[in-house]
Amino acid sequence: MPTLFGSGIKRREDPRLITGAGTFTDDLKLPGLTYAAILRSPYAHAKLTKVDVSAAAKAPGVVAVITGKDIAGKVNPVPCAWNVPGCDLKTPPHPMLAVDRVRYVGDGVAMVVAESRAAARDAIDLIDVDYDPLTPVVNPEKATEDGAPQVHAEVPKNIAFTWVVNGGDAAKAFAEAPVRVSQKIVQQRLLPTAMEPRAAVASFNRATGQLTLWATSQNPHIHRFLCSVMLNVPEHKVRVISPDVGGGFGSKIPAYADEALVCHAAMTVGRPVKWTEDRSENYKVTIHGRDHIEYVEMCGTQDGTITGIRTRVYAGLGAYASTAAPGVPTILHGLMYSGAYTIPNIHGTVYGVYTTTTPVDAYRGAGRPEATYLIERLVDTYAREIGMDPADVRRKNLIPADKMPYTVATGITYDSGNYHGAFERALDLIDYKGVRAEQGKARKEGRYLGIGISSYTEVCGIGPSQVAGAVGFGGGLYESAIVRVYPTGVVRVYIGTRPHGQGEETTFAQIVADEFGVPIENVEIVAGDTEATPQGWGTYGSRTTAVGGTAVKLAAGKVKEKIKKLAAHLLEASEGDLEWQDGKFQVKGSPGQAKAFGELALMANVAWNMPAGMEAGLEASAAFDPTNFVFPYGTHVSTVEVDVETGEVKVLRYVCVDDCGPHINPMIVEGQVHGGVIQGVGEALQEIAIYDDEGQLVTGTMMDYAVPKASQMPRIESHYTHTPSPVNPLGVKGIGEAGTIASAPCIVNAVCDALAPLGITHIDKPLTPARVWAAIQGAKGGGGAR
Amino acid sequence: MTRSITLSVNGVARTVAVEPRALLAHVLRDDLNLTGTHIGCDTSQCGACTVHLDGRAVKSCTVLAVQAEGHQITTIEGLASDGTLHPLQTAFWEKHGLQCGFCTPGVIMTAADLLGSNPKPSEEEIRHALEGNYCRCTGYQNIVEAIKAAAATA
Repeated sequence: MPTLFGSGIKRREDPRLITGAGTFTDDLKLPGLTYAAILRSPYAHAKLTKVDVSAAAKAPGVVAVITGKDIAGKVNPVPCAWNVPGCDLKTPPHPMLAVDRVRYVGDGVAMVVAESRAAARDAIDLIDVDYDPLTPVVNPEKATEDGAPQVHAEVPKNIAFTWVVNGGDAAKAFAEAPVRVSQKIVQQRLLPTAMEPRAAVASFNRATGQLTLWATSQNPHIHRFLCSVMLNVPEHKVRVISPDVGGGFGSKIPAYADEALVCHAAMTVGRPVKWTEDRSENYKVTIHGRDHIEYVEMCGTQDGTITGIRTRVYAGLGAYASTAAPGVPTILHGLMYSGAYTIPNIHGTVYGVYTTTTPVDAYRGAGRPEATYLIERLVDTYAREIGMDPADVRRKNLIPADKMPYTVATGITYDSGNYHGAFERALDLIDYKGVRAEQGKARKEGRYLGIGISSYTEVCGIGPSQVAGAVGFGGGLYESAIVRVYPTGVVRVYIGTRPHGQGEETTFAQIVADEFGVPIENVEIVAGDTEATPQGWGTYGSRTTAVGGTAVKLAAGKVKEKIKKLAAHLLEASEGDLEWQDGKFQVKGSPGQAKAFGELALMANVAWNMPAGMEAGLEASAAFDPTNFVFPYGTHVSTVEVDVETGEVKVLRYVCVDDCGPHINPMIVEGQVHGGVIQGVGEALQEIAIYDDEGQLVTGTMMDYAVPKASQMPRIESHYTHTPSPVNPLGVKGIGEAGTIASAPCIVNAVCDALAPLGITHIDKPLTPARVWAAIQGAKGGGGAR
Repeated sequence: MTRSITLSVNGVARTVAVEPRALLAHVLRDDLNLTGTHIGCDTSQCGACTVHLDGRAVKSCTVLAVQAEGHQITTIEGLASDGTLHPLQTAFWEKHGLQCGFCTPGVIMTAADLLGSNPKPSEEEIRHALEGNYCRCTGYQNIVEAIKAAAATA
């Protein structure tokens, strides 16, 4: 039987999804179902002086109205679960519903539970609230200034934490370096925009005390634990089921007040409750991403050796510290300041800052896109300063393959890679010399072509649980799997992660089918139900395949060990005389003496003739806790043309060479690259969440937030190198976030390169025509229009 | 206050009591249990709720259910015939034109309308036709490939 590992077979999740037979949370109906709606603050910052629900409570179809005062003391605040040590982290309580103060537009004030969706919405309008407005603050740098409005009384200057990363001697390096470049960079706030908004259905069984929550979750076991904490329900009485999930991109990692409120309502009302946010609510309430204001600098020699990098970062956290928020601009960001390079001296200071805005947390790439972007922008700025080709600067500073594994100045150790290999391949594919020549020619014709390079490495496959503990992550980061073989030889695999589009129902089945030599149709992957699946930590940080896939492989390996012993017993041979061939254990040299997987599955399950001491049944579980992260890497190159009359950017070519080790399913890898790249291109060219000074989210609907459309996006030419990781036996690295991490700087570098003749060194993303046009107008020496 | 309406959904006459303000998308999902039609926004941008009304793609979040009275509605559940996938469904599967699958029903319904009026669209025409369908997972490239492949088999 040909091996399935490495084969781009069609996905097994697709038949249900292309026929409308998938089950997403909002599709669920339960007998006696009620519907919830949440009244949300229209003010960014205000005292709550009155919440009168009497009219709403009497409205037709209303079952219950719940306010912050009703639940105070009965439930616990929404917790922050990443308590990064050594940074004086302050996480003021985040009540599920506001009691006396609202801190962002969208902060929950009351929940209505009613007989229908419409009745709940109608009753929301009948709640009489008095707000006493306070001054909002939306800019994370200004929020730290003297006299800025205080979001939380107990957090002076709104500084939630001050985190420092230090490696080598950056002060000395900068003092001594002949070349220094610096840049203020704004990494705009983004809206994750999973196509499926968040939803929750909760049901409480009074007889058993069991609470069941169906929710849009990337990590149902974490949500089980946090629901237990928030609601004072013992963890074994909480069951979280995450059915089909319509994308997450990080936004379905956190614990939110809303899902917990739905649970609380189901418990108090005694009927199941459903809540589904609409898109405007999603944009106001579901976490946002990025929101950095950065002052960054790089130093080096005249001939292109980078000797140091230094940053001061104001990372907006929004009004409250969301579940993983403190870890994102610190552990997942600052520790990556060496990028793909040998930068010996690094110093970074990151301020986590509260503002009267929607909480910010992990969004695709989470901290690593921000790191890669600032590094790759600085590399280009530095190259221009010393008059060197930016490709040559990268070539000179990329970590050489023979130095792997390589420990960077921030203290983490990159696992494997041939960075130059991917880099040269990408340059060849775009014909770097050719496009530079073309650029020169175009410039003479008054056309503005640009070439952008982005070399990245990123930390993912998170990660060792010991490291999780050391960096304050409130959970483990291993993964587990149960492989259960039925008497007829069919297999179910229960996993702790929760894929939601990444295709592991297929790739994990490929691993298991290979291990047992059975058709893939005989293997089913089960995920998402905490009652069925073993403890897991979820799908994020490009960890599912590297960590969860390995757990599957190990569990299947245990099953195979057992049936080998059984086969030896049944064949009256010694284990050492057996070999695995075409789905059978056979006596070496005697193919007639063999026991096929199916027969062994039956014999193990009926247990008629087991070796002494062997337990009946055929099932194994395994947990895999990696010894390190994995570090995918690569180089992306793009070419763009800028219309200097309109500021419009056209992407001409986008070439990427990524290395995530061997591919279990190349088709799925490519899909991840495509989607990731386009999310970064959207970030580079058009996506931005904007608050006005009153703290109103003016990009609060899909009419205003520029989600990339098919007609706006380029084709991607994706290529690969394959360097295995030594961290897991599959050799695989994550690929879910790499595209997003690499692509935003790739595009911005290309545009800045195109506009170099005008003296433009930097434009903050997104590079909308308006921004590019304004930069052209503001550039010294003019050129182009006017 | 509700009103009784009859509409043909996937070839079957369905009578349902709806509020005059009820959107077709909600009635399909909540009253007729056709949950393959998804709702991804509240401003008619995303297209996840796209269905066919008398053979043309419409966003069912922008149609009142009462407006559909007496009309033919086809949803993603009605696209395959006699257990055979529609060529677009096959092509989306083969070309990896979906990841999370939430936008997919709407995208396929839009593409079916496109191929009905333009059986051999160019890449540019395909991308233009998808203007009103957002996908956050695929970067659109394999969606375009799938539609091209379906067009080639027709």
